[in-house]
Amino acid sequence: MTFEVRNASFGYKGGKMILSNISFSVEKGEILSILGSNGVGKTTLLRCTLGFQPWKKGATYIDGMEWAKWKNQEIWKKIGYVPQAKRSAFSYTAEEMVLLGRNAHLGLLSQPSKEDMKLAEKCLEMVGMERLKGKLCNEISGGELQMVLIARALATDPEMLILDEPESNLDFKNQLIVINTIRDICEREGISSIINTHYPEHAIAISEKALVLNRDGSNVFGDAKAVITEKNLRKAFDVDVRIRSFEADGKMHTCVLPIGIINNLEPEVVDGIFPKQDALIHGVA
Amino acid sequence: MIVAFTIAVTAGRYSISVEDMIKVLTGQAVEDSNVKTVMFSIRLPRALLAIIAGAGLAVAGAAFQSMFSNPLATPDTLGVATGASFGATLGIMMRLPSMGIQTSAFLMGIISIFLVYSISKVKGESSLVMLILAGMVISSLFEALVSLVKYVADPQDVLPEITYWLMGSLSGTGFDDLLVGVIPMLAGIFIILGLRWKLNVLSLNEDEARSMGINLRFIRGLTIVSSTMITASVIAMCGKVGWIGILIPHVARMIFGNNNKYVIPASLGLGATYLLIIDTVARSISAAELPISILTAIIGAPVFIILLRKTGGIKA
Repeated sequence: MTFEVRNASFGYKGGKMILSNISFSVEKGEILSILGSNGVGKTTLLRCTLGFQPWKKGATYIDGMEWAKWKNQEIWKKIGYVPQAKRSAFSYTAEEMVLLGRNAHLGLLSQPSKEDMKLAEKCLEMVGMERLKGKLCNEISGGELQMVLIARALATDPEMLILDEPESNLDFKNQLIVINTIRDICEREGISSIINTHYPEHAIAISEKALVLNRDGSNVFGDAKAVITEKNLRKAFDVDVRIRSFEADGKMHTCVLPIGIINNLEPEVVDGIFPKQDALIHGVA
Repeated sequence: MIVAFTIAVTAGRYSISVEDMIKVLTGQAVEDSNVKTVMFSIRLPRALLAIIAGAGLAVAGAAFQSMFSNPLATPDTLGVATGASFGATLGIMMRLPSMGIQTSAFLMGIISIFLVYSISKVKGESSLVMLILAGMVISSLFEALVSLVKYVADPQDVLPEITYWLMGSLSGTGFDDLLVGVIPMLAGIFIILGLRWKLNVLSLNEDEARSMGINLRFIRGLTIVSSTMITASVIAMCGKVGWIGILIPHVARMIFGNNNKYVIPASLGLGATYLLIIDTVARSISAAELPISILTAIIGAPVFIILLRKTGGIKA
């Protein structure tokens, strides 16, 4: 599956454009990471990309055909969406939750079959969470819930996963588990992925492509290695960073270390929302 | 359920033996012809109405709770019940025949949901919060109108009738009423039963639910229409029957967990049995019949409290 967004822009009514001229494409088996500071519109970008919020200009294309021309249910057989893990009002067991992912394959009044249930269990195993069987989703840890949501997306039998900050709020180990699971599954099953992330290191570790969103509305898209550079990160986050590679246990690793905040002298470029306050804070600091 | 049904049909001011009941139901002759009359014209239609109305209210409540992702939602959340109550009180005040009162109640219930829906629609989209808000507004509007009707009603004969009606009763149901009234209830129940697994998807947040490939607006609309049909026709036939819509789904959740695949059928069975028992008690406990809503609360509250203490509530 080829997944593309072409020349798309979005802004809330009456406000200025938050996202402008976004273009990217993801081919089969590729992982695209989307990087950007808090509030720059990463989640909005995913929501527009997935049709939850209509683009103002431009469109999303799947296999060259515009999003709106696809039948809703057909799209969601191809795409598995993993939202940020949140507790819900009603708590379902892990396997009930995963089973919901089969919905796109079921008719209006039909119930999931035995095969659907087996598949749901298999998906739980795929993410290594079979031990959660029978446990309630509101009684497991945040990391485990995130894995259950990934399993639910996999239960759709998708060609592509879309994940909104899957490793936020998790500790080191759980971050690694989530990131490695995504990479392994994408490699093994030939599934492509789009991941919103706060961690440039993760982006470098697992993705082929990257999209960096800047606060001034501009963006950079390309090969992960070419896009995730000290210069680009500096511009996107107002942070001075160093990117270094080193070898450990025979493997190359890349780390991204933030070393200092840049006091930008032109705050209105830095933050379009409250330029004056921002200037004050910087002045005091 | 079968036990409750047997008691409901046999117990009462004119008692019928279980043997006779089975004989009548299977079409055999019984010595006393009164038995047959009492059973077919009074007990049986009433028992059937209790079963269907109880099941309907419980199922509608469970469906609304999932749709609003809120365990406190009831079939009345969108103001259908108050709308229907207003229709009925208006009918009583205008001295309409019983069929007229039922029709007016049902129609007002439907009108209120249309009002709620059109108010909540902002730029072609209606969010759940707007729906609930609009429901509250319309509900209090109709509540005020009910009060107005009560205020102007003749305190000698009309007012007591309205008051009694508002407390709910299943009396005076014949097979003819039953056939007309239960069609929307049964239709609503069957649709919700069919949708029961989809209700799990509906209880997720909007983006998540959409990403499961669900047609959110359509399924929501279908749920609202089904619940409205049930609630409006129950109110039209039995008056205001409180509590069942919130109590029974909770009991079902305490026992079976939150999966609507089980909650809906369980609510159906429990709701049917519960209202059947309540109605039997209501008409057998004293010479004068007690209003249903009083009993659903008086019997329901302690049962609910005991269950809450025992199970520690639903697994939220």
